[in-house]
Amino acid sequence: MELERMSDMRREDIITLAIETSCDETSCAVLRGGRDVCSNIVSSQIDIHRKFGGVVPEVASRKHVENINIIIQEALDKADMDFEDIDLVGVTQGPGLVGALLVGISSAKAIAYALDIPMIGVNHIEGHVCANYIEYEDLEPPFTSLIVSGGHSYLTYVKGYVQYELFGRTRDDAAGEAFDKVARALGLSYPGGPLIDKLSKKGNPNAIDFPRVYLERDSYDFSFSGLKTAVLNYLNQMQQKGKDIVVEDVAASFQQAVVEVLVEKTIRLAKETRSEKIALAGGVAANSGLRAMMKARGREEGIEILHPSNILCTDNAAMIGSAAYFNYINGKISSLDMNVVPNLELI
Amino acid sequence: MKVLGIDTSTMTASCAVLDGDTLLGEYSINQELTHSESLVPMISEMLDNLKLHISDIDIYGVATGPGSFTGLRIGVATMKAFAHIFDKPIVGVSTLEGLALNLTHSGIIVPMIDARRDRVYTGIYRWKQSRLENILEPCIMNIERLSEILDKNDDDIMINGNGVRQYGDRLLEVLKSRVKIAPAGLRECRAASIAELSLLNRDVYNRDDYYNLIPTYLKESQAQVEFNRKESGS
Ligand SMILES: [Zn+2]
Repeated sequence: MELERMSDMRREDIITLAIETSCDETSCAVLRGGRDVCSNIVSSQIDIHRKFGGVVPEVASRKHVENINIIIQEALDKADMDFEDIDLVGVTQGPGLVGALLVGISSAKAIAYALDIPMIGVNHIEGHVCANYIEYEDLEPPFTSLIVSGGHSYLTYVKGYVQYELFGRTRDDAAGEAFDKVARALGLSYPGGPLIDKLSKKGNPNAIDFPRVYLERDSYDFSFSGLKTAVLNYLNQMQQKGKDIVVEDVAASFQQAVVEVLVEKTIRLAKETRSEKIALAGGVAANSGLRAMMKARGREEGIEILHPSNILCTDNAAMIGSAAYFNYINGKISSLDMNVVPNLELI
Repeated sequence: MKVLGIDTSTMTASCAVLDGDTLLGEYSINQELTHSESLVPMISEMLDNLKLHISDIDIYGVATGPGSFTGLRIGVATMKAFAHIFDKPIVGVSTLEGLALNLTHSGIIVPMIDARRDRVYTGIYRWKQSRLENILEPCIMNIERLSEILDKNDDDIMINGNGVRQYGDRLLEVLKSRVKIAPAGLRECRAASIAELSLLNRDVYNRDDYYNLIPTYLKESQAQVEFNRKESGS
């Protein structure tokens, strides 16, 4: 019945309400079609988690349930819509923190049931890729995508809107996780990634020769824990020798080591898959060093480099709405007994 | 006046519809399925059988705890969304008071919800005419301490809640024949009781409480406890 109603309307006019509560952002968005964002409200809990030095799952879950209806109403207001205008509900199914995900999923199920509209459980990582469809209204697959954030690092070839070929992933720490751990060792507050980026601009990226970990010759996988350890060892040694640490230089040299590996592997995959475009995605896609080096290498190779604007790089519901839309028009609908999948992989 | 009540505080997921003082239906399932999977399909099946639509509900009543943090959030988030969509009142009810309402015992009623590590969420209730009186406010308590408190009391005690399974024998040992365990059908959380209390307490709540309602945890997160300890230690 729902599908019939949907076919009567133009696909681009489908209104999606999307909810994202996988970590420490409570977010709700309203989209028209897969790319037109009517509203995208993001309520960050960073200030609450900072005193703990990282995201505390139980605290995050409590905050989500406290906020969620306020955020949903804000998203509807900003989009100038009511619940009756919604055709589709998209919600993050995983990966993420179980308790946090469950709050969003509970709301989404209630909305889908009460309004008798379809619900789509969305893979959060796919959501990050879809942020690029919002940013670039003409972007179509295929392209190569590097997805890097605090929780994940994936190198993938995007064959179609819901078709991914996975080439590389991290074997230990996610890229953003390495940033956060090094930041902590440098005594920077949480979250450390943006602070390292900021300090790097004032430091010398060649001051310290940290290792570039490429793994096997043909591998597209990543490994950042060795680099993280090298930074920690360097800091220890300097301390033992009683030498001053130039924080800016450490930040810049560390960032350079991460970025070089990310860029080289991504460019290599783009060439292998003959991609004309590379789309960056995830929180670390906001890193200015990564963007700059990727663009420089892209120019050399004749590959266009895309990345979402900063608000769409970090966790937000608009990207979940976009992914929900593309999954829906490709025939995916989730049932109301859907469960969370905290360790959901991209494919 | 139709009330949809739910309770997801413990392993038992329960939903019920009360129309005035008539119980139209109640579903309870006590098994390993998570409430996230079972809750909405359960409500849907019950309402379908009653030939009701979710929009026919006038009041949404939800057990706010204490109990399983995750279970409480699933229940509260679900019911807040319903109330929000239809702009209808939501009423939060104590899970312990709900349990007490299951029983018509003439002495004191002590519901207990397992809080792990020898602790229970508990409170003490007593019927006074046709109303439940709360003698000991809901709290988290060591089972030994609870048995001490009850031991000082001469009253005829009845206990229920999922804490009975784990700790009922410990109380029986100390209190002997002064304590009775509620029959199985009245031992677990029941949404009918939550619905009834919601109807009684509806005036306490504001129309837009679907924005503000949160679970009653009675316990801070472990991270906050450790943070507080560090703060006071330094
Ligand atoms: Zn993310």
